[in-house]
Amino acid sequence: MELPNVADKWTGVVNEITLGATKDKGGSRQKTVTIGGSKSVPFMDFEGNPGRKPVIAMDVYDTSPDDWPETLTKPFSDVLNNPAQWAKKCVEQYGADLICLKLDGIHPDKGNKSAEEAVKTVKSILAAVGVPLIIWGCEDDEKDNEVMPKVSQAAKGENCLMGIVTQDNYKTLTATCLADGHAIITLSPVDINIAKQVNILVSEMDFPLNRIVMFQSTGALGYGLEYTYSIQERERLAALTGDKMMSMPVICDVGHEAWRTKEAKSNDSEVPQWGPREERGPMWEAITAIGLLQSGVDIIRMNHPKAVAAVKKCIDRLY
Amino acid sequence: MISIAERINGMFKDVREAIKNKDPKAVRELAIKQTEAGASFLDVNVGTAAADPAGAMKWLIEVIQDTVKTPIAIDSQKFDVVKAGLSVIKNEVLINSSKGDPEELDKYMTIAKEYNASLMCLTMDKCGIPQDVERRMEIAMKIVEKAVEHEFELSKIYIDPVLFPINVDQKQPALMFDIFNQIKMISDPPPHRNVGLSNFSQGTKEKRLLARTFLTMGISYGLDAAVMDVLDKDLMDAAISAEIIMNQHVYSDSYLTACRK
Repeated sequence: MELPNVADKWTGVVNEITLGATKDKGGSRQKTVTIGGSKSVPFMDFEGNPGRKPVIAMDVYDTSPDDWPETLTKPFSDVLNNPAQWAKKCVEQYGADLICLKLDGIHPDKGNKSAEEAVKTVKSILAAVGVPLIIWGCEDDEKDNEVMPKVSQAAKGENCLMGIVTQDNYKTLTATCLADGHAIITLSPVDINIAKQVNILVSEMDFPLNRIVMFQSTGALGYGLEYTYSIQERERLAALTGDKMMSMPVICDVGHEAWRTKEAKSNDSEVPQWGPREERGPMWEAITAIGLLQSGVDIIRMNHPKAVAAVKKCIDRLY
Repeated sequence: MISIAERINGMFKDVREAIKNKDPKAVRELAIKQTEAGASFLDVNVGTAAADPAGAMKWLIEVIQDTVKTPIAIDSQKFDVVKAGLSVIKNEVLINSSKGDPEELDKYMTIAKEYNASLMCLTMDKCGIPQDVERRMEIAMKIVEKAVEHEFELSKIYIDPVLFPINVDQKQPALMFDIFNQIKMISDPPPHRNVGLSNFSQGTKEKRLLARTFLTMGISYGLDAAVMDVLDKDLMDAAISAEIIMNQHVYSDSYLTACRK
C-alpha cells in the first residue's frame, strides 16, 4: 500500500534580514549575518526550505554584572570590566556569530551611565570585533529614549539590530533606526496579539516589515519555557500561512533567563543531589536554547561558552 | 477572503459609456479605487450592450493592465469573449465562469490550464439551476472529478452554488451554508467557495445590510470568495472581522489595518 504524503504545504516565508554592513556597504564589519528565510517549521525540511541557520549572539554588558554566579563569571573574569575585550573574547575564543551589547549600566537604578559613556562603549566594541552588533537598551523607557538615539547615530551605517520597542514606547527608536539604517526588535510579553500590534504600529511609521525581529520575552526551562515555546510556534505558523505582520524572524534571550534560575545558580553544597554546578548551569542554558529552537528561533542570546558550543553543535547537526 | 471586485461591468452606465467611447478614464479610476480597497481580483464584464463584446473585453483588460497589476476575473458566459480576454492577459487571471456540464468543464479546464488561469464553476447545467443542496453537491462533485481528470489544481477551482436573490426565493440563502460546509470537505485541498453577493441582495431596500450579514454568516460556514462591492468599506471590514472571529488571522488591536494591507 502506498503511504499517503502527509507533508503540510506552506504558502508563507519568514523574512530574511541581513545584519551588519561591510566597508562597501558603508559600515566597518568584516562579516554580515543573514537570518530568516524559513519556508517550513523547524527541522521539517521535507515540507519546505528550512531557511538560514539560527545564529548565536553572545551577551556583553556595559557594566560588570553583579548577579552572575561564579560559574558564569569565570570564563570572562579577565574582561568583565572591559566590554570591548569581552566582545573580542566571545568572537575569537567562543565563536559568537554576533555580539549583543546590553546597556544595563545606563539604567537609573544600575549606574545611570550617560549617553556619552554608552556611545563610547559601542564605538569600542565596533572597533574590537568584526561581527554585526545587537544593541539592547536598559528597558527604562525614558532613559532608553534619551540614550538609544545617540547610540544609534554613533553606529550609523553599521546596520545593527536595535532593541527594544513596545506598543507603549516605539516612536523614538523606530524613527531613529529608520534614519540611521538599523533593524529593530519589537517586544511583546508572551502575547501573540500584542506582538502583531507592535509590528503594525512600527510599520505604520513606514518602517519596512523586513527590517523587524520579534521578541516574545523568554522563559527558561522550568520557568515558562513552554509559554514562550507555544507563542513562538504560533508566530511561526502564522508566518508560514502568509500573515505578513507575523513574518519576522525571532530572537530569544536564553542566557540571561537561564542563569537566573536556582537550578543553574545554586552552589553544589546547597543541592549536592543536582550534580556539579560547573555542568549544571551550562546545561540549563543549552537545554533552554535547544528546546526553543524547535519552535522557530533565528537569533539566540547566550552567555556561557560551554552552552554556546553545545547549541552550535546541535544546530550544525540538525541543519 | 478572496474579493472579486464587481464594478468594472458594462451594466453600469459609466463603464458602458467608457466602452462605447473608448475612453479609459472611468475604467482606470475604478481599477485603482477597487485595488486600493483591497480587491483580490478585478471582475471584468462587458455587459450586454457592447457592439463587439470580444473587442470590448480585450480593450477593458488592456486598460486595466496598463493601470494596475491586480489579478483579473474575465466574466462572460460566451466562450469566444473569454478567449479574447485570455489572448491579451498579462496579470494573474480567473475565468468566470463555466457551467457544470462535463463538455463545458472539459472546454474551460483545457483553456484555463493553457493560460495558468483559475476557474469559477457554477453548480448549474443543461437542466438549469438546482433548487436543493443535493443536486448542487452532485454537480460540485462532478466539477472536482473533472478537475482531477484534467490534473487541474483544486486550489485554483472556485465553486459557485448560484445564490438566488433573496426577494426571488427566500428559502435559498439558508441552503448555502450547508453547501459551503460540504464543499470544504469534498477534497484536500478543497476548491474555493464563492457567491455573487450583490446579486443576492439586488432590488432590496437594505441591499448593503443584507449582503454584509450573508457574507459574515457565510464565512462562518466556509465561504471564502465573493463577487462583491469592495468599495463598500463596511462590507470589507465585516468580512475581515468574521475571519478574525473564525480564527483565520491572529488578532491584534489594529487587525483591520493589518488585514486591509
